[in-house]
Amino acid sequence: MRNLISDSKFDFMGKRKLALILSSVLIVIALLAIVIRGLNLGVDFTGGYTIEVGYETAPDLDVVRSSLTDAQLPDAIVQNFGTSTDVLIRMAPPEDGSNDAKLSDSVLAALASSSESKIDLRRVEFVGPQVGEELREKGGLAVLTALFFIVVYIWFRFEKKFSVGSVLALVHDVVITVGIFALFQIEFDLTILAAILAVIGYSLNDTIVVFDRIRENFRSMRRGSPAEVMNASVNQTLSRTVITSFTTLLVLSALFLFGGKIINGFALALIVGVIVGTYSSIFVASTAVLALGITKEDLMPVEKEGADLDHIP
Amino acid sequence: MTNVNPLWKILLLAAVVLSGALIALPNIFGSDPAVQVSGRNRDMSADVVQTVKAAIVDAGFENVEFREEPNKFLALFTNEDDQLKARDLVAKVIDKDVTTVALNLVDASPDWLRRISQPMFLGLDLRGGVHFLMEVDMDAALANAEERFLTDWRRETRSAGIRGTAIQVKDGSLSARFRKVEQRDQMLEKFQETGGDLVFRTREDGEYAFIEANLTEAAADVERKSALDQNIVTLRNRVNELGVSEPVIQQQGLERIVVQLPGVQDTAQAKDILGATATLEYRLVYGSYADWADAENGNVPAGARLYKMRDDGSHILLNRDIIVTGDQIKDASSGIDQQSGSPAVFVNLDGAGAKRMQAVTAENVGNPMAVVYSESRVDRRMVDGVEQRIVTKTESVINFATIRDVLSHRFQTTGLDMTEANTLSLLLRAGALKAPVYIVEERTIGPSLGKENIRQGFLSALVGLALVLVFMAWYYRVFGLVAGFALVVNVVLIIAVLSMLQATLTLPGIAGIVLTTGMAVDANVLIFERIREEIRSGASVQTAIASGYEKAFITIADANVTTLIAAVVLFSMGTGAIKGFAITLCIGILTSMFTAIFGSRVLINAIYGGKRSAALSI
Repeated sequence: MRNLISDSKFDFMGKRKLALILSSVLIVIALLAIVIRGLNLGVDFTGGYTIEVGYETAPDLDVVRSSLTDAQLPDAIVQNFGTSTDVLIRMAPPEDGSNDAKLSDSVLAALASSSESKIDLRRVEFVGPQVGEELREKGGLAVLTALFFIVVYIWFRFEKKFSVGSVLALVHDVVITVGIFALFQIEFDLTILAAILAVIGYSLNDTIVVFDRIRENFRSMRRGSPAEVMNASVNQTLSRTVITSFTTLLVLSALFLFGGKIINGFALALIVGVIVGTYSSIFVASTAVLALGITKEDLMPVEKEGADLDHIP
Repeated sequence: MTNVNPLWKILLLAAVVLSGALIALPNIFGSDPAVQVSGRNRDMSADVVQTVKAAIVDAGFENVEFREEPNKFLALFTNEDDQLKARDLVAKVIDKDVTTVALNLVDASPDWLRRISQPMFLGLDLRGGVHFLMEVDMDAALANAEERFLTDWRRETRSAGIRGTAIQVKDGSLSARFRKVEQRDQMLEKFQETGGDLVFRTREDGEYAFIEANLTEAAADVERKSALDQNIVTLRNRVNELGVSEPVIQQQGLERIVVQLPGVQDTAQAKDILGATATLEYRLVYGSYADWADAENGNVPAGARLYKMRDDGSHILLNRDIIVTGDQIKDASSGIDQQSGSPAVFVNLDGAGAKRMQAVTAENVGNPMAVVYSESRVDRRMVDGVEQRIVTKTESVINFATIRDVLSHRFQTTGLDMTEANTLSLLLRAGALKAPVYIVEERTIGPSLGKENIRQGFLSALVGLALVLVFMAWYYRVFGLVAGFALVVNVVLIIAVLSMLQATLTLPGIAGIVLTTGMAVDANVLIFERIREEIRSGASVQTAIASGYEKAFITIADANVTTLIAAVVLFSMGTGAIKGFAITLCIGILTSMFTAIFGSRVLINAIYGGKRSAALSI
């Protein structure tokens, strides 16, 4: 038997003050980053254009910029994307009366006129301001809806205190992941939002495995304080928690390294989310349940299967 | 004896694995660039197929495969250069009015396999193409409906012999002004007979009496719905005219339409054609040169409207009432007018249009009739953070001529250049948009990026899978190999289900598969860790396996349900590519329950089941 972690007896619950401090610091930093620096929202949410073109030889970005200025498109942000031959042009939606979607055609025409080498149109994304606003609302709503249904499910399957604990852990994960995007000003687009929802699913997955063991141990361990039962549970599931996170991180690294530029942010969000989610299912979800004063009585099996709800005071 | 597989379990696993592999198989063959010829509106004749085939064979392309399907003829090539050459070749030998030619990517798997299963669709981000989200201008749709009522009102007022009225849209309502209350009451009765969709009000103001009316909410809804439906039909026709294969044209929400055109690279042309509002109107000319000159100074008579001539910008008065609009044109083609040698559009009217044209021209032989070319453009502007739309309608008279004879179904119109005539006939054939549409979202992926996305998505999936397989085999040895097998089967099953659903694979979809690969082993990790615990606490090998699977099951189910919740929410709220991620995630979770729990158990049982003293390699 190969064992990375065998028969561990870490005192996780004893370290809960330390965890609380660490989590609080991370959350404060994340919130500050979100409030002060703000999210670098992509065109999906702000409306506007992203145009990616490929040159045969690396172009001089100043020339590209001035050709756009000459074409009456002065507000474009021009930067390299991944390689020196790839150029990404971003523009806010026009405020004058020009027909929005056609602007990308004028950008291409302007680029073609300023360049000797052939230009390959790789991608155009145009999102109208109205659509951007809707996607923003929908996105926020999606995260809240997912959280709501998860709370209901856990309440139904476990108990109220677990439900609160898991949601605290999820909010913790989401805030920190989003905070990292704000801190480093990494573009936040629709795929990142999808990744955040996947993080919610993953982190919960982890949390539930621990909760499941806590419930089982509360019922089977005759002796032991709640803190001891919880410690035992986290330790028993630790090996699994670490291995699953490891395999998930393996595939995510593959996605991050080989999946291409478009999927890069998506993979990054998941990597951060998985790491934070693993930490939170050990240190946040369980300690929150403990802090809420979980007792053996909360979890003793009831007469009828699936009637756990009866225990809610 | 414990842990021995009943025969049905083995058969079930074998059946699922084999049929999954078979269904997923076509995806390995990929697709070939093809030229697709199909009949426009009606089936192609066998002659057309023969001509096209002969043209391609004569050109001497290598390794061409021909396929004949109902109203569709496909020629598959090995590379895109051949495909493009062949398209140009075919375009020369077919009659474009009845046949269309398009580029396509078609399933390259062998004949027998295609009868069993088809590969997944590749999303635009993987094959290149353009995605438009178009919004229908509903205000314009309602304005059109109001204009229809106004035309009816004017006609009825005139035929009742009432003069001195003003009938127009005023302050958001239809409004008719009369000099006398009796006239008003007389017409109100008339209007009410025909205007069932209107809510009427009356009002007196000094010397005038008014009828005011608004569309009922229900009628407005019907107008909006019909504008949306009509626009979808029109857009579909236009896309067909463009010669795009496998386009998607779908309603989204109450006032939007999604248009996806795989493989289209000339987005400028696509935008022009899709959003074009060019159409024709036929009107009688009003008065004489003297009246027109007078009108230039602002003296426009009540029944007339001032227009500009397209060629020299001079002014002309036309009757307010339209004889025939573009909607009533059933078919159109462009060509050369035999007499003048100038480009012409030949139009064919539908029944109602022909009847009206006949009636009007019969009454007006010797009078001039004009053809109005109208085009509207919608611009949007942000004013104080609120989006406003400005519709600019440009109308010009392309020609006018004396009616020499009674016209009915077929006639021709000159006054445009060749390109305009071509485009206009295309637009008339496809039908006019009932209300203007504008693009609120565009996503174009060039073919080079599409190919790169596929390559990178595929590579990352393979590398991820390989890493997990190696790690599992190293850590859990025989059990790890079993988990690896379950994982590979899981990926095959995801692809099989996607193929069966004919779902679209997108780049985030591939990411979903990759993520599932990482998460699917979780079930096996849970089970194996349980088995290890059981062994540590002294259980026999067989008991350890059985209770390991049993105890882990409920945990796995609980954990997966929550991920499923997140995935379902993502699916219901997401759009396009994000949906692709959600759907592969959902499918992956469900199939992993089967492979990781049921599949791995059957294998473990087959290896260790029933052996009393086996040492587990875990």
